[in-house]
Amino acid sequence: MPDSREIRIDPATNTLIRQGVPSIVNFYDLHGLEEALRIKEETGARVTVVTMGPPPAEKSLKTCIALGADEAVLVTDRGFAGADTLATSYVLAKTIQKVEQEWGKVDMVFCGKQTLDGDTGQVGPGIACRLDLEQLTYVSEVKQVDPIRRTVRVGRKLEDGAETVETRMPVLLTALKELNRVRRASLPGVIRGHRYKPIVWTTADFPDLDRSQIGLKGSPTIVAKTWVPEAKKVTCQWLSGENAQAAAAGACDALWDNNLPARLGWIRGGAVHD
Amino acid sequence: MTDAVQVQEYDWSGYRGVLIYVEQREGRAKPVSWQLLGQGRRLADKLHTHLMAVVIGGQIEHLAKDAVAYGADRVYICEAPELRDYRTRPYSRLMMQLIEEVKPEIVLFGATATGRDLAGAIATHLPTGLTADTTELDVEPDPSRLLLASRPAFSEKMMATILCKQYRPQMATARAGVFEALPRDNQRSGEVLRLESRMGEDDIAAKVLDFVRDQTSVNLEEAEVIVAGGRGLGGPDAFRLLEELAEAMGGVVGASRAAVDAGWIGHEHQVGQTGYTVRPKLYFAIGISGAVQHTVGMSNAELIIAINKDKEAPIFQFAHYGIVGDLFQIVPALTEEVKRRKLAGEPLASEEGEVGA
Repeated sequence: MPDSREIRIDPATNTLIRQGVPSIVNFYDLHGLEEALRIKEETGARVTVVTMGPPPAEKSLKTCIALGADEAVLVTDRGFAGADTLATSYVLAKTIQKVEQEWGKVDMVFCGKQTLDGDTGQVGPGIACRLDLEQLTYVSEVKQVDPIRRTVRVGRKLEDGAETVETRMPVLLTALKELNRVRRASLPGVIRGHRYKPIVWTTADFPDLDRSQIGLKGSPTIVAKTWVPEAKKVTCQWLSGENAQAAAAGACDALWDNNLPARLGWIRGGAVHD
Repeated sequence: MTDAVQVQEYDWSGYRGVLIYVEQREGRAKPVSWQLLGQGRRLADKLHTHLMAVVIGGQIEHLAKDAVAYGADRVYICEAPELRDYRTRPYSRLMMQLIEEVKPEIVLFGATATGRDLAGAIATHLPTGLTADTTELDVEPDPSRLLLASRPAFSEKMMATILCKQYRPQMATARAGVFEALPRDNQRSGEVLRLESRMGEDDIAAKVLDFVRDQTSVNLEEAEVIVAGGRGLGGPDAFRLLEELAEAMGGVVGASRAAVDAGWIGHEHQVGQTGYTVRPKLYFAIGISGAVQHTVGMSNAELIIAINKDKEAPIFQFAHYGIVGDLFQIVPALTEEVKRRKLAGEPLASEEGEVGA
């Protein structure tokens, strides 16, 4: 994905300037990869990395190989362009099925919590749904992976607290940054990544692909309009800041003028029913 | 290019009404649920249609009444012991069953962890379009009845309006704190209908082993008064001054990302893009310069008072009242003044002479 923090907007055309924007591995995905590599070290699992994107995404896959993934697949085709989350999850689900045909059964799928550019968090649940996998989103800790019982126990971090959930494999997990600390590539890893040529699959590699479900055509949502939001500006009334007491009195007057003490229940009066 | 764009007419007349997913835990609804009902009411009125709510859980009976009081015409309620904790499968099955039955034209969820988890699963199953994390929702009237779902894109640098023309229902998740709940009206009447859960505990693979509520969480989303501090505080100690002011006003302490990143205060206090979106009645921005990252999270506050040393700080473009000066002197003075006037029960300017207390 393009590094959205580096994207600028062309003020004349209101469009994004992607030129010269580096392609990076989505930061949450790296945490997913890190956890997969840890499980690999513990259980001897095989780690396959897949991405759907334009050819330059190859570079990101090399990074994943450098970190320790066994193989990496780039799913790329002009027909995939313009995909929203529904169409993306369709292609990635198809890709995972093909990975199973090539390298054996997939027990765990890791995704990032969300991408940095799209920010939707919908592709993970979409893949889980299509492949009928158990779904564990917002995972902050993998507490246990039991290959015999085929269960996974995780901690999930939510707005109001933390939850421990156990479920069966196959399972899809989406990673928070709290999940782990991402390793640095070793020197042999870097060399391996540099030499590695990612496997490329196009629409031709998916004989049973439903073309009405990919790319723009397979995307129910369309961007109708983009605009640069006008900053919501209000006219600031200046209160005297010459000394603290005057400023405090001014601020309090402002609160009282706006009926806040009554609305906040500090004092009686001003309420509708009184 | 033009002949590639085919205008096809779809008949969606079988899909009517707006459906809101009411998210709850342990029988307490998330504030975003009522905010969405408020916005859903506006959309439904514009489309001359009805507003529906759905509540799923264990021991949630009372929430049906709440949903009506906050604007729903009809509430679907599904209560069962195995639904006590949110789990994707049973919840999404129920939602699918309901959506297939009532055919709403619009379905909205809070953009919370649970809301996103659930909406993502349902949209794929149906299938239909789902717009994430919207901050503006509007509808086009008849005949298109399209949901205009707008959301920030590319690190808040742009806004995009997203449409779902060829599928129903149209679905979106919406940020907490962006929309306004209607005032609670206990006189409103509405219909309450029951849904039956068709999955027993044995059919559900996922088990929630425990839930530990975050005791440190400050509940910025529900606060009526927020006293927020930023880089200008210079260190963690100054937050104590803000705490005192917040306490005097029955509010809570917020912070900008700069203050959180510096480690002066916990992330649970952060207001802004990567923190909470808030809409209190009163917001103090103290020593906060006003980067977009922060202002997207607080500009919906009803009244904003900013205190900053720098008169040119962008925060003053958002503030209704501005004070240029030294926060270390002004904040304590303000705390004292608020306490003094509250004690005195000082009447409102407009009511002078009437309230003699």
